[in-house]
Amino acid sequence: MAYATMIGAKVRRKEDPRLITGSGTYVGDLKLPGMQHVAFVRSPYPHATIGHIDISAALARPGVTAVVPGRDLLDAYEPLPIGSGGEGGTSGSVSRPHSHYAISIDRVRHTGEIVAAVIATSPEVAVDAVADVIVDWQPLPAIVDMEQAASPDAPRLFDSLPSNVDHVWECNVGDVAGAFASADRIVKQRMANQRLAGVSMEGRAVVALPDYTTDGLTVWTSTQAPHLSRGSLAKTLRMHENQIRVIAPEVGGGFGIKIGVYPEDVALAALARIHRIPLRWVETRVEHMLATTHGRAQIAEYEAAVKADGTITALRVRITADIGAYPVAPDIPDLTGKMLVGVYHIPAADVQISCVFTNTTPVAAYRGAGRPEAAYYIERLVDVIAADLGLDPADVRRRNFIPPAAFPYRTVVDTLYDSGEYDRALSKALMISDYAGLRAEQVRRRAAHAAGEPVSLLGIGMATYVEMCGFGPYESASVRVEPTGTVTVMTGISPHGQGTGTTFAQIVADQLGADFEQIIVKHGDTATTPMGQGTMGSRSLAVGGAALVRAVAKVREKASRVAAHLLEAAPDDIVLEAGRYQVRGVPDRHLSLIEIADRAYSDDLPDDIDPGLEAVDFFKPPELIYPFGAHVAVVEIEPDTGQVRVHSYFTVDDCGPRISPVIVAGQVHGGLAQGIAQALFEEVVYDSNGQLLSGSLMDYTIPRADDLPNFTLDKTETPTPHNPLGVKGIGEAATIGSTPAITNAVVDALAHLGVRHLDIPLRSERIWRALQNRKESQ
Amino acid sequence: MIPASFAYHAPQSVAEAVSLLEQHGDEAKILAGGHSLLPALKLRLSQPGVLIDISRIGELQGIHVGSSIEIGAGATYAAVAGHAGVRSGCAVLAECVEQIGDIQVRNRGTVGGALAHADPAADLPAVLLALGGSVSAQGPGGSRTIAADDLFVEMLTTALEPNEVVTKVTVPALGKGEGAAYSKLKHPASRYAIVGVAAYVKLAADGSVAAARIAVTGAGPKAERQSAAEAALVGSAGDDAAVAAAAAAAGDDMEYLGDIHASEDYRRAMVKVYTRRAVAAALSRARA
Repeated sequence: MAYATMIGAKVRRKEDPRLITGSGTYVGDLKLPGMQHVAFVRSPYPHATIGHIDISAALARPGVTAVVPGRDLLDAYEPLPIGSGGEGGTSGSVSRPHSHYAISIDRVRHTGEIVAAVIATSPEVAVDAVADVIVDWQPLPAIVDMEQAASPDAPRLFDSLPSNVDHVWECNVGDVAGAFASADRIVKQRMANQRLAGVSMEGRAVVALPDYTTDGLTVWTSTQAPHLSRGSLAKTLRMHENQIRVIAPEVGGGFGIKIGVYPEDVALAALARIHRIPLRWVETRVEHMLATTHGRAQIAEYEAAVKADGTITALRVRITADIGAYPVAPDIPDLTGKMLVGVYHIPAADVQISCVFTNTTPVAAYRGAGRPEAAYYIERLVDVIAADLGLDPADVRRRNFIPPAAFPYRTVVDTLYDSGEYDRALSKALMISDYAGLRAEQVRRRAAHAAGEPVSLLGIGMATYVEMCGFGPYESASVRVEPTGTVTVMTGISPHGQGTGTTFAQIVADQLGADFEQIIVKHGDTATTPMGQGTMGSRSLAVGGAALVRAVAKVREKASRVAAHLLEAAPDDIVLEAGRYQVRGVPDRHLSLIEIADRAYSDDLPDDIDPGLEAVDFFKPPELIYPFGAHVAVVEIEPDTGQVRVHSYFTVDDCGPRISPVIVAGQVHGGLAQGIAQALFEEVVYDSNGQLLSGSLMDYTIPRADDLPNFTLDKTETPTPHNPLGVKGIGEAATIGSTPAITNAVVDALAHLGVRHLDIPLRSERIWRALQNRKESQ
Repeated sequence: MIPASFAYHAPQSVAEAVSLLEQHGDEAKILAGGHSLLPALKLRLSQPGVLIDISRIGELQGIHVGSSIEIGAGATYAAVAGHAGVRSGCAVLAECVEQIGDIQVRNRGTVGGALAHADPAADLPAVLLALGGSVSAQGPGGSRTIAADDLFVEMLTTALEPNEVVTKVTVPALGKGEGAAYSKLKHPASRYAIVGVAAYVKLAADGSVAAARIAVTGAGPKAERQSAAEAALVGSAGDDAAVAAAAAAAGDDMEYLGDIHASEDYRRAMVKVYTRRAVAAALSRARA
């Protein structure tokens, strides 16, 4: 194996053999001696007072160990931490007034909220006993509509708050009034980002085991952030962090919904301590739709002041963001504000984002978390501007791009972009998609359609996105060269399907001269990994990888010292080349890492070199980083049904240098599937009474392979100055670019019929109606 | 997602299954492929005390192709879709079942189970109606045949008695001058029919339409024949104008259901679109 080529090589994922042969161990696979099972009594009402809870019948059922209403646990824990489900890495705070206990005690604020737990000797008995619990519910008026939630006469969720508004994010910079007064045109558009569900393949799951060596707990949980989870549990259970070991074993997807600690984590931890038995709970898909946090859920009103040539001189924006019943991650809509201007130089903006409570499942992080919303709005708006002015959408984009010479560039909403070359990405995307050819084909199809021929309408959509990632506050890695020269890496990030272990092994192979096949990357266990944050916000490589590079550098330096001793050279003269530690300029005097490791753990070291060959290090990102790219979507619409088929899809993503191209491609493929699905399929729907209408996969549409075309992927590479690898992030990028690209394509297909905007998801009926309206108005 | 507890029986014969039904009455449910029943049990929408698993009854298996095609009620979708005689004698049936669910569903789901369950969005009821097929059922008093037109009573309800077991599904083997097709707008999430239209036509020697049967599923509470659309077709030359007339006449006298994916209005319009497609395809096959 040629070591020097591992970075950038198309290697197969180290994770796949175990995952695709079913050998991975997930939380639900754990079987501990004496383990019992928990099921939860959940609210059927979106808003209600909890009256008397009659547990007698449940308790009498054979096999039931305990039935626990919330009041029984008041002494066991604090209310749930607030804000633990965000992107930025925090275990949450308990200081805000509108928290609730893991098992609610007096009031529920969304359907699916937990009011009692059942512990039983089998999951079957636990579920049966849940049905035996009788709760005296007193329903309260519920508020579901986010725009009505802010009105003074709306039913209020928290008596201690003056309204349902959690907070308003505001920014008013530049001469907005002047820009609007002098605009050639004011372009207005209302747009919505519908509520989405995470639908990770593996739902949530928890096993909690009392640990008598620490008077604490071991908690296996399907999480993206074991250390944050440990912090939240410690805080909530009034324990010390060293009493709790959190393990995220194999985790089957997260997409942001598994960042924070959930009521079920806290409830199982508390109950396991009290009852001194291991407990397990595995989420059902119905519970997932009801009680796992949702994403997006915003409505926006945009106004742009525009010059006749398409130059945008100011934005006036009012967004309502639905954060659901509790502030699990209330600051995510703020990220929409921070990414508001996208890739464009817009000198003035007046923005208000009102984050409101409603009687719905809390809204928290979901792939992109605040940034896809911003990209969707601005990329739709640019297309509306182009349509209103009769300009090509590519030209309007180029008219407004932040030019490469302007970086680092501080936007009007005070976001500092590190690097970018937006026109290069767009031009490449237009080239690889044969944009001119597509436009010519579109003209042909429109003429044929007008002549009554049975052709599908062709739509071409583009999006040029930028996103924010690489959140801190830090990440960690430890690297240990074992005595035989194999390498064990412990990372603070917590991959849950991404394959980051493969990427990390590629880095270690090159930068330490280790055999890629002999590198094991471990993660997801607070007892063995250095203090970390987890995997979220496209940060794993940019922050975790940077920490790894630092730890590897320390080990390499130590290895060089050992090599220098053995080769009788000065440490500064040892260089790592082609996987060998050799004396500079003397290629035949060299040692392998295996030879160095063997000596590093022997008693044959000079006094000035300590034994061992391992190091831990941390990386604190100095600034956030901003990947970008350009996508072109081509769709076909069947005029008589409104059905959309994605004909082809082209991406040019710039995540900086690519360590593991196969994994980047995988992230882009999955991201596209989810972003396209937001544009076309997915939506969590509540009725006006707060009942979930999309409560199963029979109604909630996740994308499937036959919904998607083969993707054409390309790239540009613009390194960031903010980490040693120059890497940005790719986990969320494709999701962010694809929702507006597809929507723009669908609207473009219908533009000649007078359609200016359609809200997502673009169900066939919505498109059919637009076509019908056009027919009727003719 | 755990069903409530139930007693389980796996009879070896239809007679034994009928006797178990007699014995347990309303408590009992027949389990065939289970792909509708098991999800309902897991969601606890259905909590029968007794399940009678008929999947091991040999006499319910098998497919026989003669002047008509007789399919054991326990035949799976996969068995029907892969059967050469069905493919050549009644291609529409094979095409209908081979797009149901996914491979796992098709390996378990049965034609008899789907028809007895009468899900309003299932595909097979429309095809059975259009083909003028029938089901055979065995009860304590013996066997009887129920024509497709008499089978579907209302949502999830058929003319079967509670103590009857479907034993056989019979459809015609189509000959020269006959053609049938099924055309479907898939529900994006469930892949059931938002609207599914099955059409059958028989041409006279002069090429005019001698007979037509058109049935719609998915749009309303049960699968239904479209007599006005059929009337528009019969006696016509089967040309574009006749197809358009049939499509225009389809779906007017039906009850509709709407959901978050498709309103009643949309389904009404789609019945016409898919009637046009199914009839055009059926005519083209009849002429081949």
